[in-house]
Amino acid sequence: MKVQVYVTLKPGVLDPQGKAIHHALEGLGFGGVSDVRAGRFIELEVADDVSDTDLDAMCAKLLANTVIENYRIERA
Amino acid sequence: MKTAVIVFPGSNCDRDMAVALETVTGRAPAMVWHRETELPDGIEFIALPGGFSYGDYLRSGAMAARSPILRSVADAAGRGVPVLGVCNGFQVLTEAQLLPGALMRNAGLNFVCRSVPLTVENSQSLFTAGYKAGEAIDIPVAHHDGNYFADAETLDRIEGEGRVAFRYADNVNGSARSIAGVLSGAGNVLGMMPHPERAIDRAHGGTDGLRLFEAALGVLA
Repeated sequence: MKVQVYVTLKPGVLDPQGKAIHHALEGLGFGGVSDVRAGRFIELEVADDVSDTDLDAMCAKLLANTVIENYRIERA
Repeated sequence: MKTAVIVFPGSNCDRDMAVALETVTGRAPAMVWHRETELPDGIEFIALPGGFSYGDYLRSGAMAARSPILRSVADAAGRGVPVLGVCNGFQVLTEAQLLPGALMRNAGLNFVCRSVPLTVENSQSLFTAGYKAGEAIDIPVAHHDGNYFADAETLDRIEGEGRVAFRYADNVNGSARSIAGVLSGAGNVLGMMPHPERAIDRAHGGTDGLRLFEAALGVLA
């Protein structure tokens, strides 16, 4: 089965890439965008019996740096 | 003194670090591949060099911090062996949680590559005893992800404990409180983005990095 992991910077952590994207959108003439945050999307193909606990450990140990990032796991 | 340089796929300052260690100790360091599980016996100083370990995939230093040899490096650090991480080595030390905080993309988004003025904040550590507190030194930087971040509570704590080794006099990457180098609680682990190993020979344009190695390797004149 597919598992999707969304890794995002914690609120309050400066996101220079998001700021650059925001600036570029403004440069293209798109108004009404008040903020942009960039993150990372990781898709895992895993056996059906991989536990939620294991998925959480994968995120906490490697896929996200919990000093600066939050993560969210979705089983597709 | 027996020293070691840990080499990851993508390390590109490992030779510079080896030259610095050999220049100061008179003895070539052991070059230890990341897949090794043990350090050679009797290692008294460990360096994690700059570069792009594992191609900086996922995050700078993330995969190197989970490589087999890092368990031995962490054990050695726990026993009080001095560990110096420079640039990618600093990123690895934070990812391995041997130092607090994290290194993010430079605030200006540019790769910064030039000599920068630093202020020596703590001249009491085994790495910085060759400098005077408040002294201005010039050390080269070359990085894209050198923007030091930690939450306010952590920053207050490491500042209060005198664990900020160096600050940028000109904050080139947006680092929290201009922090360029951080010491561990026990003081035997130092991570810094600037490259002292690129400032040990007059041909480099400056020798302000030399005293760091002389102090840490116990050969301070």
